[in-house]
Amino acid sequence: MTVLDNPRIGKPPINDMGYITTGMIGPDTRNRKETSIWTLLKPYVGTPLTAIVTISCIAVVIILAQAAISWLFVNALYVGTPQDCKTTRGVGVCWPFFAAKLRFMTFGFYPYDEHWRPALSMVIFLCTAFISMIPRLWGNKLIPLWAAAITAITVLMWGGIFGLVRVPVHTWGGLPLSFMLSFVGLVCAFPLGIVLALGRMSNLPAIKMICIMFIELIRGVPLISILFMASVMLPLFMPEGVTIDKLLRAQIAIIFFAAAYIAETVRGGLQAIPKGQFEAAGAMGLHYWQMMRLIILPQALKIVIPPLVTTFIAFFQDTTLVTIIGLFDFLDTVRGAIRDPAWQGIAVLEAYLFASFVYLVFSWGMGSYSRFLERHFRVGHD
Amino acid sequence: MSNLTRLIYDLRFRAILYQVMAVAAVLFVAWYLYSNVVANLADKNIATGFAYLQREAGFQISTQLIPYQSSDSYGRALIVGILNTFHVSLLAIVLATIVGLFVGIARLSANPLLSKLMLLYVELLRNVPLLLQLFLWYSIIIFTLPNVRQAMQPIPYVFLSNSGLVVPSLNWSAAKSGVLACFVLGIIAAFLINRAATRRRISTGVERRNWPMLLAAIVIPTVIGILVLQPNWSVDWPEAGRFRLTGGATLTPEFTALLVGLALNASASIAEIVRSGIQSVKKGQWEAAQALGLHRREAMRLVILPQGLRVMIPPMTSSYLSMFKNSSLAVAIGYPDLVMVSTTTMNQTGQAIEGIAIFMTIYLSISIAISLFMNWYNAHVALKGR
Repeated sequence: MTVLDNPRIGKPPINDMGYITTGMIGPDTRNRKETSIWTLLKPYVGTPLTAIVTISCIAVVIILAQAAISWLFVNALYVGTPQDCKTTRGVGVCWPFFAAKLRFMTFGFYPYDEHWRPALSMVIFLCTAFISMIPRLWGNKLIPLWAAAITAITVLMWGGIFGLVRVPVHTWGGLPLSFMLSFVGLVCAFPLGIVLALGRMSNLPAIKMICIMFIELIRGVPLISILFMASVMLPLFMPEGVTIDKLLRAQIAIIFFAAAYIAETVRGGLQAIPKGQFEAAGAMGLHYWQMMRLIILPQALKIVIPPLVTTFIAFFQDTTLVTIIGLFDFLDTVRGAIRDPAWQGIAVLEAYLFASFVYLVFSWGMGSYSRFLERHFRVGHD
Repeated sequence: MSNLTRLIYDLRFRAILYQVMAVAAVLFVAWYLYSNVVANLADKNIATGFAYLQREAGFQISTQLIPYQSSDSYGRALIVGILNTFHVSLLAIVLATIVGLFVGIARLSANPLLSKLMLLYVELLRNVPLLLQLFLWYSIIIFTLPNVRQAMQPIPYVFLSNSGLVVPSLNWSAAKSGVLACFVLGIIAAFLINRAATRRRISTGVERRNWPMLLAAIVIPTVIGILVLQPNWSVDWPEAGRFRLTGGATLTPEFTALLVGLALNASASIAEIVRSGIQSVKKGQWEAAQALGLHRREAMRLVILPQGLRVMIPPMTSSYLSMFKNSSLAVAIGYPDLVMVSTTTMNQTGQAIEGIAIFMTIYLSISIAISLFMNWYNAHVALKGR
């Protein structure tokens, strides 16, 4: 069957509906590339070296998978006492440990009967966060949503009204505390960081110097030293009779630390704005704060959203450091579960791997969200 | 009065006014905090000043690079802590760079299986907090290695147990430091000879074999140093006694956990930096190198890597800096670094402000030194005339 056999040759190409189309008249006889099995396998076994690498990788994956499955399911102990678990230590997971200690690890010293309250608070927080992550829903409608969520969470955690038992702050712990430290820290640090970034780029030398000194001072020292400074020195800074709760001290330290890093990230975004934008804003008669609020900051913040999410992930992980100054965040409750006399030294690996898994899930989730945002704004780096 | 109102509308006047107000606010807050501190310290009967550094310390330090007993001063304890910090940070930096380079180049390989496996490695290490990784390594070392009485011996005279790795140690002396100095001088001489040879090749086109001269430059000063200083090559072999091992040098589990945790965590970010650095070089450079007849490995060494280094070095330097700062997490697993020695000192003397000031000054000076180096490097390799 060739082109010349087709009755439509020499006439306008008309399809079945009677319309003139731009399609082809006869069957498609162009040369098509062969995708055979060999082309698919070439990256894996093309050269001897590649084949060796592939085989080694497959071997590594098989060994790791076998070890994981045997440790998690085959050799694991499903019911039993702590003494039974001693026999399977290092060989299989001690699932009774989780049955006994999971609620302590997640909620800390919060009263046992009231555990539904921090659980519900976390659910509310996560749902509100998921809703805020959808770009189509961004806008001013999110603010009342967050206000309602925060009020609900505060009421649930504190209690005292609506018939809820009042729970003092020093018993809060575990995963809700970690979320709270990260979230409140980042929400308060964000405006402070923007102000610092603007101050660092300002034309007024005194303000620029103050902001530079503040940012470099905080970025040049480890977070641990700032936490120590807050927990040890802040009481000395306060006038007589004023005491600050330990949680508040850690929160202030985290806010300052996060503000310095957010300031550097936002400064990168501000530097990427072409100078013409500043000049055009000046030409339109906007003064400094109007220019920043209406023209520059919206563009700058959109550019730095991916690095900002990376900073958020890093700070969520850095809240684990408050263990060292004695606050009961999630890592500390996990370590407390390990130190329990009945379970002394038996389920150490299981507990740490559980904590790693939780942090892994949240950090990986936020990382995927950052990659989604990069694709959404098409501002990824090549 | 209208003169004053007109003044407010003057941009320069407002600029000066704002700056004066900002500086005044900062000074006021500083003065307020300072007076509170003075009052509180007097109230609690805590001494001030750095005189406590000469007092006897009274606590033991498990890992010492210079000799230290509990009867030495607090000042000496701090120096031991500083040396420990530098020791573990520098070793972690070297280890992380090596592993990171390997993983980064593996990430770029054409084999999708290797690339995805390395991606899994990087994601695992970046998404788990560093403190948790340190705890994990520490518990793996403590719980899986045998007791010291049944220590493993992978090679003769090297003992592995849950109280550390014991290796034969060379007794260090001043003569050996001299030999080391000669070796370093030899390396510097070799570097200068290489640069002179490159310049000669560029200007005259004559290319001679370099390596005999480089080898001689490194070996001759070292040999001269050995012959002149005649160091004593005695080795301390560890022996298994009834209850413990005597002799040799010990790598404590805390040190190993900190080193491995820090190095692997940083190797993940260094791998990503290496990958993005090499990918940032435009594809046209590969094609041009191929058109010039260079093999893939030569193209990588002569064309791609120098350009990639320009993109790689600043984030890598900040990665090194954060590794140095993260070594302060040693306080959580018990390795006696600067922060842990300082906190012990602060707990014993009660002089928190001086202690915190000391270690913050040290970290800050290292940070500023590295920032200055990075600024110099960026200016040095910046693409000029664009």
